[in-house]
Amino acid sequence: MEHAEHTLQAAAHLTQQLGPLATHAVSYLWLIPLFPLVGAFINATMGVRLQRKFGKSLVHGISIGAMALSFITACVAFVTLLGLDSEHRFLQDTLWNIFTAGKVSVDLGFALDPLSMMMTLIITFIGMLIHVFSTGYMADEPSYWRFFAYLNLFIFSMLLLVMGDNFVLMFFGWEGVGLCSYLLIAFWYTDPQKAAAGMKAFVVNRFGDFGFILGLFLLFWALGGAWHKAPDGRTTYVETDAHAAAYVAAARGEGHGASHVEVGPTLNFRQLRDQVVITSTGVAENLKSQTVFGFGLLAMVGILLFVGAMGKSAQLPLHVWLPDAMAGPTPVSALIHAATMVTAGVYMVARLNFIFALSPTAMGWVAFIGALTALFAASIGFFQYDIKKVLAYSTVSQLGFMFIGVGVGAYWAGAYHLLTHAFFKATLFLGSGSVILGCHHEQDMRKMGGLGKLMPVTKWTYLVACFAIAGFPWASGFYSKDEILWKAFTQEGLAFPLLGMTPHLGQLIYLMGIVAATGTSFYMFRSYYMTFTGEYRGGHGHDDGHGHGDDHGHAHVPHESPRSITFVLVALATGAVLAAVIGIPYAWTGHAPLLEAWLEPALPAIVKFAEASHSTEYLFQFIGVSAGAIGWFFARRLYKDNQSQVPARLQERWKRAWTVVYNKYYVDELYQGTVIRGSVGLARVLSWFDKYLVDGLVNLAGAVTRAFANIDGAIDRYLVDGAVNLVANSTLSAGSILRRVQTGRIQTYLYGALVGAIAIVLINFIIQ
Amino acid sequence: MAHLTLNHFLVIGALLFGFGMLAVVTRRNAVAVLMGIELILNAANLNLVAFGRYVAGGISGQVFSLFVIVLAAAEAAVGLAIILTLYQMSRNIDASQATTLKQ
Repeated sequence: MEHAEHTLQAAAHLTQQLGPLATHAVSYLWLIPLFPLVGAFINATMGVRLQRKFGKSLVHGISIGAMALSFITACVAFVTLLGLDSEHRFLQDTLWNIFTAGKVSVDLGFALDPLSMMMTLIITFIGMLIHVFSTGYMADEPSYWRFFAYLNLFIFSMLLLVMGDNFVLMFFGWEGVGLCSYLLIAFWYTDPQKAAAGMKAFVVNRFGDFGFILGLFLLFWALGGAWHKAPDGRTTYVETDAHAAAYVAAARGEGHGASHVEVGPTLNFRQLRDQVVITSTGVAENLKSQTVFGFGLLAMVGILLFVGAMGKSAQLPLHVWLPDAMAGPTPVSALIHAATMVTAGVYMVARLNFIFALSPTAMGWVAFIGALTALFAASIGFFQYDIKKVLAYSTVSQLGFMFIGVGVGAYWAGAYHLLTHAFFKATLFLGSGSVILGCHHEQDMRKMGGLGKLMPVTKWTYLVACFAIAGFPWASGFYSKDEILWKAFTQEGLAFPLLGMTPHLGQLIYLMGIVAATGTSFYMFRSYYMTFTGEYRGGHGHDDGHGHGDDHGHAHVPHESPRSITFVLVALATGAVLAAVIGIPYAWTGHAPLLEAWLEPALPAIVKFAEASHSTEYLFQFIGVSAGAIGWFFARRLYKDNQSQVPARLQERWKRAWTVVYNKYYVDELYQGTVIRGSVGLARVLSWFDKYLVDGLVNLAGAVTRAFANIDGAIDRYLVDGAVNLVANSTLSAGSILRRVQTGRIQTYLYGALVGAIAIVLINFIIQ
Repeated sequence: MAHLTLNHFLVIGALLFGFGMLAVVTRRNAVAVLMGIELILNAANLNLVAFGRYVAGGISGQVFSLFVIVLAAAEAAVGLAIILTLYQMSRNIDASQATTLKQ
């Protein structure tokens, strides 16, 4: 019992050969994404008329109904999955083949393994709750139907992303959620700032998607064969004979010898997993040995795929869109930009765990960027005044934590943090939404304060979520975050791109993570104290000079939000607490956390961690809790009841540093100066090129053509027409001459005949 | 000297034809034109009979002439009927004035 459980499990992995995945065919998985799609379709096509004729309740009735049906179907799938033994937990539902071209074969197929099941449940459950919340939050919105159509479309895309059994469906969903995110951020598109925020999100995501697609192509290509260097220095591409390899794998009889393992390029996750995980196919070895331009191929695949995750999950340096995305309605921020869409990157890395685990460089890259982002975003969160901006940076930071988890190989811990984060961050966002609604669309925390008495439900749920995110025991964030940091500390097999193996990278990441965790606790409690304690600072006559112009809205006292909102808050806060149950660590109970056991079949990657005793683990848990407590303590000292003057004095003292952090390290300005200005400059050059060179060429061609046309016209007018007229005129004159002969008098004709006869007779004489 | 040869007949025939033709082409009066035509036909008859007597022998020349005379009679009847009708229509038998069919 002295061994930590993970080492036991790693050892088990090493000794036991993994076989191909056993699938369990079911025929209802396609219904799960279908319901939201139908809901979106109805609301998008008929929403206007439905809303006008039957009111808003029908519109949200359709949407929420679709969500509920989807959730129920997901629950049925969950029960089915629970009924199978853990090695066979894989539901497959292939509808039809979309296309087959060469080696690319894409099926419209859905799959649920424990990992995607967890995601599906999060998406449908939290999605449903947020739909309910939206009925309260968006009640005054005229284009209510449009909002719900977008939300349902988003859920559909997200479900496609997690349930699709191949890369193509995943990428389709990946782009679909990007589109919905854009549509929803720019939901109030008449405000140019909000429309710009939507566009920013879309464009930044394109950068990431570019990396994702490249990584995907590289992986697909690498599975197809290998580059070999011939003695004469030329490299040639040697294709793996897929069938022969499959045959070899089966003939050796290793693994579960009875079944074939398809080897070769594939887009299907299950086939990919089988050929990489089963060592006798040799695919993993082949992948590991390949290099491109002297750089490990797997590292490159991992790094490029992670670039996609960076875009979607807002990691440094592609994080800039997420804070701006807060321009969208708050339920959108909660659903898309906290609970579900932004975790797609984490999901993707976890889904491809067996690929990432093969390359220490890819792992190190993911974990290091995650840690850097966690620290960086947490520090920005310190000094923001917009409550949603604080939460946005917090989300970026927490996503960093998740990437530390999936980066160091603690895939289940990353997924667990994803789950707990979905609950507590949705609670926090919806709480902020409730506050914003209560304060009549005020988002500046300096104009809040004292809301605890006026909005008790919001206050308590917000506080619970704060404890969860800050990582206090018995709240879910504690278990997930500590597991991640603990695994980071014990991971020694990380490499940094271009530097090779770096033994202490894990410890460095741990250090960054623990500092970020302290910061998390600080800024979350800061936002709590600024919002809910002290005196209400909104309304007339506040003195910070920002209020003129929109004072009229603050004359009312803030009020608690309607039932639909508070109900959802309570449900989500309960979830945030209860989520702790499935992640209680081995050291406390003596068996693996429920979630780890549940996810294990979906995460076959073999990752080694250093051995450590339970007492060390307790020590680290203690450090984690004290980090949270330190953050809490300072936040309470500095911001409770808005009485302390220390923050203002510190701000004066460190004015310059404060300004840099307050302005988010000028990253946006950096982008403005480099990427945007570069793009605009390039666009200008191209525009000049287009205007003068291309247009000049086109105009020249036009002028030449016109000159030719003129010449041609002249020829036509004078030569051709002249000839035609000449013929006509001569015919006319010949006619007018000849017609005189045609007198119609018989006598004349007889003269003619006579003359002719005489002439013939005379000629006859002459000739003779 | 009073010995008739073929040439005598042919000369008379040619004269008749000439006069007939002259009448046809010069006269305006439709009846005179008809008379000219009769002259031409009879010139031809004379030639036929003369050739029949001097060259071919037998009666074929005379038979031919008889046919022509019959046809000429019929033709004259039709022609006179047309002229009569013409006169009834326009009180005029000037052939050059009868241009109604031209239009």
